Amino acid sequence: MGAYLVFLKRCFALSFIGDWRYRLWMLLLTVVALLGLNAYCKQLVDGMITTGMTDQVSWGLYIANFTFLVGMAAAAAMMVIPVYIYKKTALHDLVIFGELLAVAAILMCLAFVTVDLGRPDRFMHLFLRFNFPMSMLTWDVVVLNVYLMLNLHICGYLVWCAYKKKKPGKKFYMPFVFLAVFWAISIHTVTAFLYVGLGGRPFWNAAIIAPRFLASAFAAGPAFIILTLQIIRKFTDYNVPDEALALLRRIVTVALTINAFLLGCELFTEFYTGAAHSISAKYLFFGLDNHHGLGRYEALVPWIWSAIGLNTIALLILYTPAVKKVAWLNIACVAMIVGIWIEKGMGLIIPAFIPSPLGEIVEYAPTANEILVCLGIWAFGLLAYTIFVRITIPVLTGKLTYDHSYSLETVGTGESDQKSKETVS
Amino acid sequence: MSCSSNGSMDRRSFFRAATGAAGGMAALVAALSPLKSLDTSDFTVEKFLQQHYKELDETEMAKVLDRITKEVEERYKVRPDIRDIKPKDGVEFVYALNLGACIGCRKCVHACVEENNQSRDPEIQYIRVLEMPRGTIDIEKGDHTYDHPKVPKDDHFYMPIQCHQCENPPCTKVCPVEATWTEPDGITVVDYDWCIGCRYCEAACPYFARRFNFTEPSIPKEEVNPTMSYLSNRPRHKGVMEKCHFCLHRTRNGQNPACLEVCPVGARKFGDIKDPNSDVSQVLKHKRVFVLKEEVGTIPRFFYYFDEDYHRSEEKGD
Ligand code: SF4
Ligand code: SF4
Repeated sequence: MGAYLVFLKRCFALSFIGDWRYRLWMLLLTVVALLGLNAYCKQLVDGMITTGMTDQVSWGLYIANFTFLVGMAAAAAMMVIPVYIYKKTALHDLVIFGELLAVAAILMCLAFVTVDLGRPDRFMHLFLRFNFPMSMLTWDVVVLNVYLMLNLHICGYLVWCAYKKKKPGKKFYMPFVFLAVFWAISIHTVTAFLYVGLGGRPFWNAAIIAPRFLASAFAAGPAFIILTLQIIRKFTDYNVPDEALALLRRIVTVALTINAFLLGCELFTEFYTGAAHSISAKYLFFGLDNHHGLGRYEALVPWIWSAIGLNTIALLILYTPAVKKVAWLNIACVAMIVGIWIEKGMGLIIPAFIPSPLGEIVEYAPTANEILVCLGIWAFGLLAYTIFVRITIPVLTGKLTYDHSYSLETVGTGESDQKSKETVS
Repeated sequence: MSCSSNGSMDRRSFFRAATGAAGGMAALVAALSPLKSLDTSDFTVEKFLQQHYKELDETEMAKVLDRITKEVEERYKVRPDIRDIKPKDGVEFVYALNLGACIGCRKCVHACVEENNQSRDPEIQYIRVLEMPRGTIDIEKGDHTYDHPKVPKDDHFYMPIQCHQCENPPCTKVCPVEATWTEPDGITVVDYDWCIGCRYCEAACPYFARRFNFTEPSIPKEEVNPTMSYLSNRPRHKGVMEKCHFCLHRTRNGQNPACLEVCPVGARKFGDIKDPNSDVSQVLKHKRVFVLKEEVGTIPRFFYYFDEDYHRSEEKGD
């Protein structure tokens, strides 16, 4: 216990140590997070009227971000499959970075749900009258929190073992690793069902939502890890094998291809039959005419086409054999993360509310305050992830162990790399 | 650097850490500063500890009603008569609306707002009246914002829509905290003191019947309706959901809903479907009725019918 407190203390201290670039990055994130907190306080005082939401479009940017991040969280842990099933032992540490990402993403998810509540002070009503199993939202609360615990346990255990220079006991984490894989599918599916289960919203009421959700997340999650690994490679002495990037690239390519295929299927069913229920899709992709012939409603059109454009660019880059350069891979990753973010937010959540169930068209645009809250939560999540990675790397490289307190003198020396590899795998 | 174990060095890094911490705290306090203007009257310990409606026994309910009375008095300077009116056994309320008679005057919309202490600014309305071109009942073709000096407009009919008090309501099913449920007499209600404001029910309702308090409701003091009940028209606060409740504080006492009373052409019929002599039982027996969006399977307790003859004979009668 005492040793554990020392460990936590050291971790805390470590999160403040770094070169100027690290400190600038952390300062920036802290400032944005505080601006977000400030915006949220304003929302608490004045009510949700500070957002762009209305009775017609009753969910907006918050739930959109939530949906995207659930996908990221799930995808991160799914990297376990290639690593463990194909016994790529050299890549075991990848799993830790993935699961740390999952933890950060779930923390952001919980924050996004909280800021979306009109009465967050009543959250304990959830424990007092939990409408389980009727409400899909209660399912989501359960699966997300269990998933958070699972991932915290796995990363926490592996990092702790490396810190204590022990060999991790397989039975203490392998069952959880596989459970987490199963659970990753469940958080996806349950979140998709949150929307699919609403019979009054034809745009969501389609079986393809859950699989598309999975496919797009498997592209965005690993893409984010590709970017992280390169930052780690550049700024720390931690050795990221090329094999890892190659593997992730393969995962991302397959996932993005499946996503594009499913999008095609969706567009066909929506538009070929021309059924009445495709009106939200029509709004999303092409815009709708005003009833009185005054102008058009087309707020989402530029968004969805940029998403499709970005994803297409990413696919083209990934499939062009000539551009194997990492710089190109990074462009593809950024393009698809942004593309999928739009697709899951502006493209999946908001059009379901337009037109309203009574056929009224009220468009949605987030307010500045709402955007600030979102940025704040993102900054908070990135702050958490940066700290997680900041702590994990010296532990994995054996620079921070129970008998060796990390200090500035060891920055930049990679002598103990080898040792750590043995301890972890 | 730190290994130089030099006293002045340590002191310097200590000061750096201290100024950093102080700066951080100051920034945090500044970020939280808007909370200074938070209206804390809605966040009392008493309210925080209040149980779910279904768990309140009589004495607890009396205390809660007492608290609400005080609150209303303080805020609106009127003494409300607030009760918790229970449903009667063996009663099931149903609404029927004659589309052939409705002239689209929106009197019901405003009577509802006044009866049920809805916020006036921004105004919350439970009833939507659609102006529909003749020859369709596709609500996508309806006009929500029609505004002519004279109604009805030629070749149009009017379709008022409010909560249909569904028998299979998707809205109550999705609520994560059971803050909304269907009462034995068929009315779907919200416990405004329990709702966490997630708006999932609003996304689930196929009839756009729910309204969220995006900001603190405002009602001019002189317009407050002092006859209130816990589950219906007592004043709400920001951040919670509300909706039509068939004026249960009236209808459970044998009166008609406010929207029916005000209707100038008698287009609205209300009553107990289990009583064969009630107006609605007669309408359901003798008229060709239909429900809106039957395909979503919510089984509404709100019926529409077209009955031009009925309308005309009523007029002749006067
Ligand atoms: S009309 Fe909407 S709010 Fe009313 S009971 Fe049905 S689903 Fe619920
Ligand atoms: S807004 Fe309130 S009543 Fe509606 S689902 Fe959420 S907690 Fe339940």
